[in-house]
Amino acid sequence: MSGLISILLTGLVFVIIYQIAKASEYATILRGEEKINARVNRTMAILLVAFFLLGLYGIWVCHEALIDKMLPVSASEHGVEYDRMFLVTLAVTGIVFLITQTILFWFAYRYQSTEKRTSFFYAHNNKLELVWTTIPAIAMAVLVAIGLRNWMNMTSAAPKEAMVVEVVGKQFNWIVRYPGKDGVMGKRDFRKINDANNVLGLDWNDKDNMDDVVAQNGELHLVVNKPVSILIGSRDVIHDVGLPHFRMKMDAVPGIVTTIWFTPTITTTKMKEITGNKDFVYEISCDQMCGKGHYSMRGTVIVETQAEYDAWMAKQQSYYASNNAAPAAAPAAEGTAPEQKTDSVKAITMK
Amino acid sequence: MSDVIIQGTNVAHTHDAHGGHHGHEHHEQHFITKYIFSQDHKVIAKQFLITGIIWAIIGALMSVFFRLQLGFPNETFPIMETFLGEWAKGGKLNPEFYYALVTMHGTILVFFVLTAGLSGTFANLLIPLQIGARDMASPFMNMLSYWFFFISSVFMFVSLFVQTGPASGGWTTYPPLSALKEASMGSGIGMDLWLISMALFVVSSLLGGLNYISTILNMRTKGMTMTRMPLTIWALFFTAVLGVLSFPVLFSGFVLLIFDRNFGTSFYLSEIFIGGKALPHVGGSAILYQHLFWFLGHPEVYIIMLPGMGMASEVLSNHSRKPIFGYTAMIISLIGITVLAFLVWAHHMFVTGMSPFLGSIFVLLTLLIAVPSAVKVFNWLTTIWKGNIRFTVPMMFAIGFVSLFISGGLTGLFLGNSALDIHLHDTYFVVAHFHIVMGVSAFFGMFAGIYHWFPKMFGRFMNNTLGYIHFFITLAGAYLIFWPMHYEGIAGMPRRYYDYSAWESFKQFESLNSFISIAAILVFFAQLIFVVNFFVSIFRGRKVMVQNPWGSPTLEWTTPINPGHGNWEGDIPEVYRWPYDYKDDGNGNDFIPQTAPLKPGESEGAH
Repeated sequence: MSGLISILLTGLVFVIIYQIAKASEYATILRGEEKINARVNRTMAILLVAFFLLGLYGIWVCHEALIDKMLPVSASEHGVEYDRMFLVTLAVTGIVFLITQTILFWFAYRYQSTEKRTSFFYAHNNKLELVWTTIPAIAMAVLVAIGLRNWMNMTSAAPKEAMVVEVVGKQFNWIVRYPGKDGVMGKRDFRKINDANNVLGLDWNDKDNMDDVVAQNGELHLVVNKPVSILIGSRDVIHDVGLPHFRMKMDAVPGIVTTIWFTPTITTTKMKEITGNKDFVYEISCDQMCGKGHYSMRGTVIVETQAEYDAWMAKQQSYYASNNAAPAAAPAAEGTAPEQKTDSVKAITMK
Repeated sequence: MSDVIIQGTNVAHTHDAHGGHHGHEHHEQHFITKYIFSQDHKVIAKQFLITGIIWAIIGALMSVFFRLQLGFPNETFPIMETFLGEWAKGGKLNPEFYYALVTMHGTILVFFVLTAGLSGTFANLLIPLQIGARDMASPFMNMLSYWFFFISSVFMFVSLFVQTGPASGGWTTYPPLSALKEASMGSGIGMDLWLISMALFVVSSLLGGLNYISTILNMRTKGMTMTRMPLTIWALFFTAVLGVLSFPVLFSGFVLLIFDRNFGTSFYLSEIFIGGKALPHVGGSAILYQHLFWFLGHPEVYIIMLPGMGMASEVLSNHSRKPIFGYTAMIISLIGITVLAFLVWAHHMFVTGMSPFLGSIFVLLTLLIAVPSAVKVFNWLTTIWKGNIRFTVPMMFAIGFVSLFISGGLTGLFLGNSALDIHLHDTYFVVAHFHIVMGVSAFFGMFAGIYHWFPKMFGRFMNNTLGYIHFFITLAGAYLIFWPMHYEGIAGMPRRYYDYSAWESFKQFESLNSFISIAAILVFFAQLIFVVNFFVSIFRGRKVMVQNPWGSPTLEWTTPINPGHGNWEGDIPEVYRWPYDYKDDGNGNDFIPQTAPLKPGESEGAH
């Protein structure tokens, strides 16, 4: 019933608005079109300028209201570079924005039609065209240069001393794998996946897998100031490892391995102080639409000191030990399986 | 309308020698051939426009529903249950249907409204009228183009009502999500219908595009050289070229997807474990689809933008009573945009694991496209400089178009630069960017066109007061909705989330989301003002009394107020000059129509 009433009311509002509009049309005819048009023209010119000024004020208000809600200082080395580049780009675009919008609304106001005015026939000027082709071209060249330098840095090969972890997405959570004591991750094969005791499809014929640690709670432990190289994979559809605090992001694509590396510089504890938020936590967001649970595909990153990390790692049991203690006969059966064509981890697929 | 057509018959007898063009004799034709299966380009234009408006209302209403969810995740809205039934049980949107709504909103607005509804309308209406042709090169193909669009629309509309819901993998429908029924409910029959609908849409778009191109190249009236064409025609020409060259690639991508979905192939699928079992697919690449999709997807952005650019150029010049500045530069920049549009697609894919080197090539090409765009903006600004500006409703929208194009274009410099995109990708920054530049800005171009050419379409004016109200609410609303979204994006807030309240990093924007939702709902209602204005004005609007109400030099205003099929009653006028001669004609007019012969001693090279 309330739905019907609100639809009726909405309809009524439209009828009233339309009648007022229609009335103004008749008034125009009665009072002389010329005169009304001149008045409307003046009003619209003023309203446009008013819109522009209010808009500038609005930009300021918006900025004041939201600046405190932005990300804290970047928690990775290259993120600092990132923020600098962002500000440079913001400055360039901000200046262009202000100049062009001011000119647009100023010209609109300044050259509003009046009885006396005639327009100035001005069809082209090659010199001007040349100027405003060159200037944007130079500005773009600068932005491209800065961008490519940073891009090369962040996509370069990870340093040798970097720790390696694997993050695998599935609907709708993240699985993290650490290489264990040997520092090497074993092979895995999607055909060996079993949600009960082998979520990543680790190949138990591969000795390197025996000490690998798997965390299914989506917790990624990192050591502060130590570069980390993340191998990213997916079990089902495309996901994306989003690390806003580290200014990093990379898709998780089934069938290929993607990589990123960065150096976290601020521990979680320190960041709690910086933000003044005792609940602060680095989060991994899924940034590629992956189905109905996309919005809940949350992981966390815990950046800690080497000592804390070692202490935590010491408490972890290898995935093999925690799942394969009883059915130890399994590896034998696997022997007959054909050679894996799809060794997804060791293949370098960053073509 | 009918009396003009009858007049047309009388005239028709006098010039039967005219290449057998008897279109305007059909005054006694049946309602069905005249309004439904019409081959008159003007009627087809109106069909595209009205279908587009209906789709726009549906698409916008969807955004109202998902904005209610985003803005007020803890409330329930019984009205949603009225509309959506079990998808919003108890007035709370179901996450699966939220994603379906987001997907449909994107598909509908991008393809059905801003492609078919925009270039379908104005290419059909303006090309024959502005180049001086009686109709399209193939009126029959033109009719088919609309009807393929219509059938495509029917399929898409039906998909909204199937039990498992419409496609819900995003408007880009990336596999494997869209390829596997196990991955999402919307990837079942809804996705099949989506693919059928889109395949038909491609057919419609190609039939239309080929027609537009051949009409422009072959059917210009005497004297209408390419460099005497209005910029609208240039823009629509390149729009058609973009569509014809890129839609087939999208089609091939869809065909492979259909194969993967139904016939067990592995073009896009590899190493997938889903629904408790490992799938047999090995060796495909999910990224391949993205290349095929964005090879259309990026030109598509310009398919949406170019008509608006063309119409804004025309409207700015006309209502400033001043020639467009830098006509040649405008054409060259259109060419630049068209060529570059094909070379930048992978900037949508910087974080897919694509080779970083390839990425840097695409950064360079992407930022290059800013140059022709900047040239266009500066030329528009110089066009209104020292003009004699009449703030008619179309002019207001054209000014709004330029403002929004600047705002939305500049944020593209962040996203096109891979080193910045790596953080902003798939956040609300992207949502804000493309909604301003190819959403609202393209809509403003479209509105400028509709208000400007409504008198030509229906022989009546739209109501000005409603037009001004519509303009200011929409402009202010667009900025209120999308400006703050940039902040959310910079803070890393991902797009396409159903609820942010569990996220420590994003939940601080809850009140902002409510604010944006309220603004979006207000803007939605403001669009209804336009819809009412449009439909009521068709029947009740102020009648056009003079042939050329805007004082425009271009050819469409030399036709009768209500032109019949065939457009001109007598001979097609001959053209002697370019379309922007806004100078004193010696009789107190401030423009010289294209049909006026050059005066003795006047050289055409003046521009």
